[in-house]
Amino acid sequence: MEGLKVSDANLMVCVHPSMSRRVSHAVLHQLSSLLFKFNESFDGVVLAYDVGFVDEAAKILPGILPYFGVKLKAKMLLFSPKPNMLIEGKVVKLTQESLHVIVLGFASAIITREDIREEFAYKTKNGNGVYCSENQKHHTLKVGTMIRFMVKSMDEEILHIYGTLLKDNTGSISWLDNESTGGPITDRSKKRSSENHGMTEQQAIKDIRHADDQLKKAKKRRTVEQP
Amino acid sequence: MGMDIDDPNAGYQEMDEVFTDNELVHMVRNALKSIVLGDGKSYHELIGVMHQKGPMSPDEVAMLVTCLKALSGAASSIDLTHHQFLLSTIFSMNLWNYVPEVMDALVDLIVSLAASNGKYVDPCLSMLIKNFSPPYSFARILKQPRGLSIKEQVLSRVHYAIESISRLVPLAPMILLTLVVQRMPRQNDNEDVLLMYVENMFRLERGSIGQLVGSTMLVAVVDRMIDLDLDIAWEDILQDDAGKGIFQMELDEIDDEIEYDGNEPLGAHLNRKGLIGNAVAEKLDSLLSITFEHLESCKAQGRLNEVFETLLNSFRSTVLTAYKSKFAQFVMFYACALDPEDCGVRFARTLVDIFTCNDYPPITRMSAVAYLASYLARGKFVSTNFVVAILRRLIDWCMDYCETQNGDINPELHCPFYSGCQQAIMYVLCFRMRSLVHVPWLKSQLSLMPLESILKHRLDPLRVCLPSVVEEFLRQAKAAHLFTVSKTFVFNSLLESEPSRTFGGLERLDMFFPFDPCLLKKSDRYVHPNYIFWSMVQTSFEDEEESDGDDEGEGTPDGAMSTGDQDGFDIDEFDSALNEMSITPKNYKWGGDMQPLARMPSKLRPSTSPQSL
Repeated sequence: MEGLKVSDANLMVCVHPSMSRRVSHAVLHQLSSLLFKFNESFDGVVLAYDVGFVDEAAKILPGILPYFGVKLKAKMLLFSPKPNMLIEGKVVKLTQESLHVIVLGFASAIITREDIREEFAYKTKNGNGVYCSENQKHHTLKVGTMIRFMVKSMDEEILHIYGTLLKDNTGSISWLDNESTGGPITDRSKKRSSENHGMTEQQAIKDIRHADDQLKKAKKRRTVEQP
Repeated sequence: MGMDIDDPNAGYQEMDEVFTDNELVHMVRNALKSIVLGDGKSYHELIGVMHQKGPMSPDEVAMLVTCLKALSGAASSIDLTHHQFLLSTIFSMNLWNYVPEVMDALVDLIVSLAASNGKYVDPCLSMLIKNFSPPYSFARILKQPRGLSIKEQVLSRVHYAIESISRLVPLAPMILLTLVVQRMPRQNDNEDVLLMYVENMFRLERGSIGQLVGSTMLVAVVDRMIDLDLDIAWEDILQDDAGKGIFQMELDEIDDEIEYDGNEPLGAHLNRKGLIGNAVAEKLDSLLSITFEHLESCKAQGRLNEVFETLLNSFRSTVLTAYKSKFAQFVMFYACALDPEDCGVRFARTLVDIFTCNDYPPITRMSAVAYLASYLARGKFVSTNFVVAILRRLIDWCMDYCETQNGDINPELHCPFYSGCQQAIMYVLCFRMRSLVHVPWLKSQLSLMPLESILKHRLDPLRVCLPSVVEEFLRQAKAAHLFTVSKTFVFNSLLESEPSRTFGGLERLDMFFPFDPCLLKKSDRYVHPNYIFWSMVQTSFEDEEESDGDDEGEGTPDGAMSTGDQDGFDIDEFDSALNEMSITPKNYKWGGDMQPLARMPSKLRPSTSPQSL
């Protein structure tokens, strides 16, 4: 998935004197207030951080209250989707007019009907909405499907993403990955690997082993038959 | 309704099977697009349908539902700038005014809007929060069955909408938190509005997003309780208590409830009566009651432990530090009563830890030990074993303190020590001595503790601590053959003494007994069964001490004193009035070596009224 990056950052956290006995606690508390918010300096949403203290000593800062500045070196995991990036998320709601997706568990995304390519038609199956591809029978999008879509824009304040499924390289991840590996699409393998890419590979390996075994047996028979 | 016959939507009324949902959405989209281009006819007609007020015919209802559903589908086409009028119409609609079908459609629209554009999350949640309470016109039917049924219909949909939005927009609860707390009714607002809002806050706490928003909701409710608490003037409670001690006051109050024959001293029922008609007190009373009910439901769901964690943190940062909170602390009392083994124990241990930790300022430590003492004394559910265990910790601390001190009596310097001695040890033993000495093992535990050496130390707590408590304690200690004091203390029924005033400081923490009987009627019904009243302790002593001469020395009826003192009671004296909350009993029902004084010397009476002696 695009849009994720790890950045190195030099930070300074100003710690209140009352926290001088619990500096780590204060620093972590301050950093945790950055989480899941878009930060302009980092140009992204902070998802996680790994900090280390630079120095044992910290300088007391001038001011009314003697805060002291603790210098840190941090590795920040940032999420900053830009237009035309491909990102992945889980479908949580499907209507005739739109598709709602959750990305990385915290960002909401919407793909409107105009941004879903023509090949997908909305159908109702068992009372639930589904988008089925008219060209590829097995390519369906329903609630719970992991999809890959392209970013149109992002509202940084509320972390709301507007996406599109117009390009051919977007859609259900399992179907797309299946297509790209070009593996055999037997009915059995399709049912088992609808969400799990790994399973398809396992099944392919099984098939190969099976074929191998059969080859070995055939060789044995030949050797037996030919004294 | 202003519908043109040419309007495509009008067709729906006559031939409702003609248009599919898709087509309706398409029509709405066109209406939304055309207003941008300057043609607002369909757009304004759409808004016209939504402005429908008052009782509606089935056709009108169907029309409105259709419009709302179509708007739901076209939510992503609604623009913040171009469709402001439409948006403000939607957000001003009140669920309470509509039938369930319209409610459902409106709620779907709100959820679709919030999911379609991040900028709508805030106004959508605000609109839902506004629907926590009904409009004024609804207030009179709210208590009736019809009103209650509508209330459930609305609130279930509101909360369902909030939960749906949270599922689609994971960060919505963060915004919801801020909005709910911001819009919480203030202490001056109408009682019903406040209670309804708090009910909704508790519902959020119980709901599926409870883990995310629950603790903030609880903290906000406790904060509002403190606000109300602080608004109740101490004067309202203490109009009459001149010259009456907490022990005496309590006895009279119980008598008042059991048999009122008109001969009771006036003072007795002015206590609680002072609060009748006090709107603030009544609000606090109702708020406490619904909080107690919520705690009961948490207990039933097995969640009380987590909820208690939040309450305890809130207590430490707000109630403990508030200036002499009157009733808000009963939330903790009741929570502990519901789960004495876990919550009850945690509460006491937290307070002891604060008291014994030097990091906290003296005032906080004294406040903590005041809460602890009152809690251990009054909590019927607190086991005697546990009381002894806590006392041991306090006595050990006092012992350690004594050993490190070389100086003499100094109330100001050693105020935490005097607090610990007086409040915790002596006060608790006043209440618990009886039950303790009955159990041989516990009595021996008590005898083993270095109580005597602490009390006879150079720091001389017996002289510094509140005379009323010291007297009572010494009398009981003697009766229980715990130890004897060689020198006699003649307190002359002092209400307070100079040293106790000094150690109590400006806040008069020497006279702070936070869990004194709850004067709020509704809340007290919950607290009562779990509470130890002084009369319960005193009566059992009476039965035992038959030989000590039943000095019925009623002396002066309290009434005379109180009426005399009611005049000239100005605000400046309220601090003194504060003290009278917990004063020595003038009358001794069982003798003792103390001289029973019928009346307090007039010089020491705090009131500025002329001497009525």
